[in-house]
Amino acid sequence: MNILAKERKVRELESKIDELGNKEVTNKLKLEIENYKIEAMTNLTSWDRVLLARHQLRPTAKEYIEYICDDFVELHGDRLFRDDKSIIGGIGTINGNIVTIIAQQKGKNLDENLKRNFAMPHPEGYRKALRLMKQAEKFRRPIITLIDTPGAYPGLEAEERGQGEAIARNLLEMSNLTVPTIAVIIGEGGSGGALALGVTNKMLMLENSIYSILSPEGYATILWKDVSLANEAAEVMKLTSYDLEDFEIIDRIIKEPLGGAHFNKTKTFQNTKQAILEELYQLRKLTGEELRDSRMEKYRKFGFFQRFNYDNL
Amino acid sequence: MAWYSETTTAKKKSKKDLWVKCKKCHSHIYKSEWEENLNVCPNCNYHGSITSYERINLLFDKNTFEELFNNISPIDSLKFNDLKGSYKDKYEATIKKTGISEAVVTGRGKINGIPAIVAVMDFRFLGGSLGSGTGEKILQAANYAYDNNLPYIVFSASGGARMQEGILSLMQMAKTCAGVARLNKKNIPYISVLINPTTGGVSASYAMVGDLNISEPGALIAFAGRRVIEQTIGEKLPDDFQTSEYLREHGFIDSIVNRKDMKDYLSNVLSFYNR
Repeated sequence: MNILAKERKVRELESKIDELGNKEVTNKLKLEIENYKIEAMTNLTSWDRVLLARHQLRPTAKEYIEYICDDFVELHGDRLFRDDKSIIGGIGTINGNIVTIIAQQKGKNLDENLKRNFAMPHPEGYRKALRLMKQAEKFRRPIITLIDTPGAYPGLEAEERGQGEAIARNLLEMSNLTVPTIAVIIGEGGSGGALALGVTNKMLMLENSIYSILSPEGYATILWKDVSLANEAAEVMKLTSYDLEDFEIIDRIIKEPLGGAHFNKTKTFQNTKQAILEELYQLRKLTGEELRDSRMEKYRKFGFFQRFNYDNL
Repeated sequence: MAWYSETTTAKKKSKKDLWVKCKKCHSHIYKSEWEENLNVCPNCNYHGSITSYERINLLFDKNTFEELFNNISPIDSLKFNDLKGSYKDKYEATIKKTGISEAVVTGRGKINGIPAIVAVMDFRFLGGSLGSGTGEKILQAANYAYDNNLPYIVFSASGGARMQEGILSLMQMAKTCAGVARLNKKNIPYISVLINPTTGGVSASYAMVGDLNISEPGALIAFAGRRVIEQTIGEKLPDDFQTSEYLREHGFIDSIVNRKDMKDYLSNVLSFYNR
């Protein structure tokens, strides 16, 4: 039984309890349900976390921004082609810190998702992000990115307008920025489409979010030519926050409440805000040059390889 | 039937040795003619693949190439297995077969007298995929160019990220871009040459952000695969979609250069950048 089935069961039991009148019996049952919940919703598999990262009720970027920021002004457009609504950007204050925020926005329903293109950006989305980041650098503002995308949009027009170039340009320019940069993966971190907002001094990750080179479905197709084995692919591809912490690809895991972020959004937002403020406080001590050099140094270390001796050939 | 099947296979083999069939116009070309023409079809100018060392020979003045960072090879950090076996077995066999230890060869040399650092990807090595070692070599060559104030040229030929290395492969996109970004600090020219094919993650990192982006005729350059896009939008794509000509038309490639002219073209443009 996966996490979604368990969640359904918990909700079912909880709703049934409310129908019972007897207080003594309800209290006892409530405790039992609570115990079941703890048992069922801890020790999640990687696939469980994939399901949670994509959960319909999972908070989206806008909700985080609303809670975390004292105020926020959204800014639109890449000045080249159009405003890509799968990425929102703007200026906000977090506990008095003025920051630039750039986030991938999923929809809550089909209409919203069509408007947001399921949070799959076109090149103009990445170019809007870069425009706002360059402006943040001009005015010495730290940059916070919230990552939540299945991936960059694979389409004719996206290719025509240089999806690869837009992503590459962001990787290059982000590595060169001289202001503090923090990325938080709040849901799905889908490959290059996520990385294009994720070359930062600090990489944070919500406990049940994922970050991978490819969807588990795609990975299963490549590995075993069978898309139905996505759950097994998720286990081997090391995409959970804990896996990535082991590889030191992320710097910090932000804890989620039992059952996932949507069970207690306020708590999730509080934890996220706290983590961002702590990281920001540390990064603010560094000069622009130090921020750039330490960021480059961090990325230069990624990857495992071995020394090769041609005599063994 | 044993005697019969043996003779036919033997016959086929000798035929294969003699002729090359062009992948584009399907005409049969004498192998010697094909090779003399640098693996380019004399009929339709289709640019076939060449190995990294063949390209290095075409590019550099005689006896000037010195290979660097050739002691890097992959490691199976995810313990990857697919239907065809383990990653470890696969790269070990590839190293034996190709004689190179990663999907890129790096080094320094002179192009018509102008010193330069190059990284030349080799599609024979796991489809030129971007592994940790590949990224490391491209980064180290960039750093070498930085330290020695020399222009940096990368020839890309790649299917994209190396799936066997998962997220670590993705990180190579950022790592290589950071290396190339640093060259800006010293105003060092970075030229990217996109060879057939340059796709996926490589087309969304260092290959696309050269001061100059150059390509060969008819090269496939794509971020998302043709089939994926056709499935997403539900219609057929134009024939020239994602070719170097298409990219030049849309403003992402500076110039398309025939293989035989590449050396002179590069030394010519480098002379503009020489300070």
